[in-house]
Amino acid sequence: MEHIELFFKSIFIDNMVFATFLGMCSYLAVSKKVSTAVGLGAAVIFVLAVTVPLNWLLDQYILKEGALVWLGPEYAEYDLSFLSFILFIATIATMVQLVEIIVEKFSPSLYNSLGIFLPLIAVNCAILGGSLFMQSREIPSLALATTYGVGSGIGWFLAILAIAAIREKIRYSSIPAPLRGLGITFIVTGLMAIGFMSFGGMLTGGDEEAPKEKVVSSKKVENKEDLKAKELKKKELANNSKEIQE
Amino acid sequence: MGLLSKKDAALITDPFADNNPITIQVLGICSALAITAELKASIVMAVSVLFVLGAGNVVISLMRNIIPSKIRIIVQLIVVATLVIIVDQVLKAFAYELSKTLGAFIGLIITNCIIMGRFEAFALANGPWRSFLDGIGNALGYGVILIIVGFFRELLGSGTLLGFKVLGDPIEKTGLYAFGYENNGFMLLAPMALIVVGIIIWIQRSRNVALIED
Repeated sequence: MEHIELFFKSIFIDNMVFATFLGMCSYLAVSKKVSTAVGLGAAVIFVLAVTVPLNWLLDQYILKEGALVWLGPEYAEYDLSFLSFILFIATIATMVQLVEIIVEKFSPSLYNSLGIFLPLIAVNCAILGGSLFMQSREIPSLALATTYGVGSGIGWFLAILAIAAIREKIRYSSIPAPLRGLGITFIVTGLMAIGFMSFGGMLTGGDEEAPKEKVVSSKKVENKEDLKAKELKKKELANNSKEIQE
Repeated sequence: MGLLSKKDAALITDPFADNNPITIQVLGICSALAITAELKASIVMAVSVLFVLGAGNVVISLMRNIIPSKIRIIVQLIVVATLVIIVDQVLKAFAYELSKTLGAFIGLIITNCIIMGRFEAFALANGPWRSFLDGIGNALGYGVILIIVGFFRELLGSGTLLGFKVLGDPIEKTGLYAFGYENNGFMLLAPMALIVVGIIIWIQRSRNVALIED
């Protein structure tokens, strides 16, 4: 249950792109075509699924206050958490390099579709962000960290897929000239983020902290946003099915 | 500006408008959007990036002839990570509250694409002084957008600037609030940052037609 909750939470509610704006650079740069967006999205899922659990282990057994206690009781007072940035980013850069080599050796076809994106990923904020949020949210176990990594990756994948689909269609619309390209992409992303906010109420069922009055008054707003989200989803689905047909 | 030749001065002034890192080069969006709900956080972020990019550009430029090109990304990441750790520790020591609000986003300066982008595009090919100017210029261009977005989001969202109630007190109904003005809480939410940046891009491109994409 815990896993399912964290999984959906990291996909929809704490969506990397729409809630925390991570990985926006590559999200904007590589979303002109659906096929390349899918490639990058898949690579992000993969790398997040590997690096988040790995960094969880590092955090738990090396960086945290008292984490070095397994070396002996005299190490119990060490707190190396100020080193976490450098260690996390080194892990990520090495893992990306390693993944690239392994994929190239064992699956040249996958390498051809993913390969060019892998070096890009080392500097994708979504990857480092995944590890840093894992640390600041104090995820309790290795399995949950893996779930969190995979879920965040899928959330990012969904986001880039949706914007790429919209951008492919939007080219045929008549948009004010100064807004074309980057400008409209920003605004569309903003609208999508509003749609994703409606998922915020999805998992609050067992949340005792939420005051009752607030839930009632915000219901109307949520309904509106739900509609918007549904519309977006429809668009996404329609585009996806078209893509499959093609 | 006797110190700077015309070409050098252009390194600083260009990123303000026609080559702005955020609105034209599309670099470093992540942090620009996430922390701009308050003006204070925006300013701190802008100053942090100014330090990291200025110093990082000089370090990389000094090392440019001895870095093997195959492992340059890792070297660059280590340089940035070291500088960011310094910023993080300084913030924790002197502005603990603020470093709590910024949270993971200080760490995310490491993967701020502006920094890697400028290392790759400029510092690896130019001398330290020019790289320094380029770093400062780009960080200022980035900071300007951050501060504009932070200004509007805080002003319209909570009616304050840097924590001062410039529009009057919403509870005691003074100032503008006496005429029935309400804060737009929506401005504080994440999506509005995207829309504000979109509008900045719109205004900039309608003033400078050469920048329009087709």
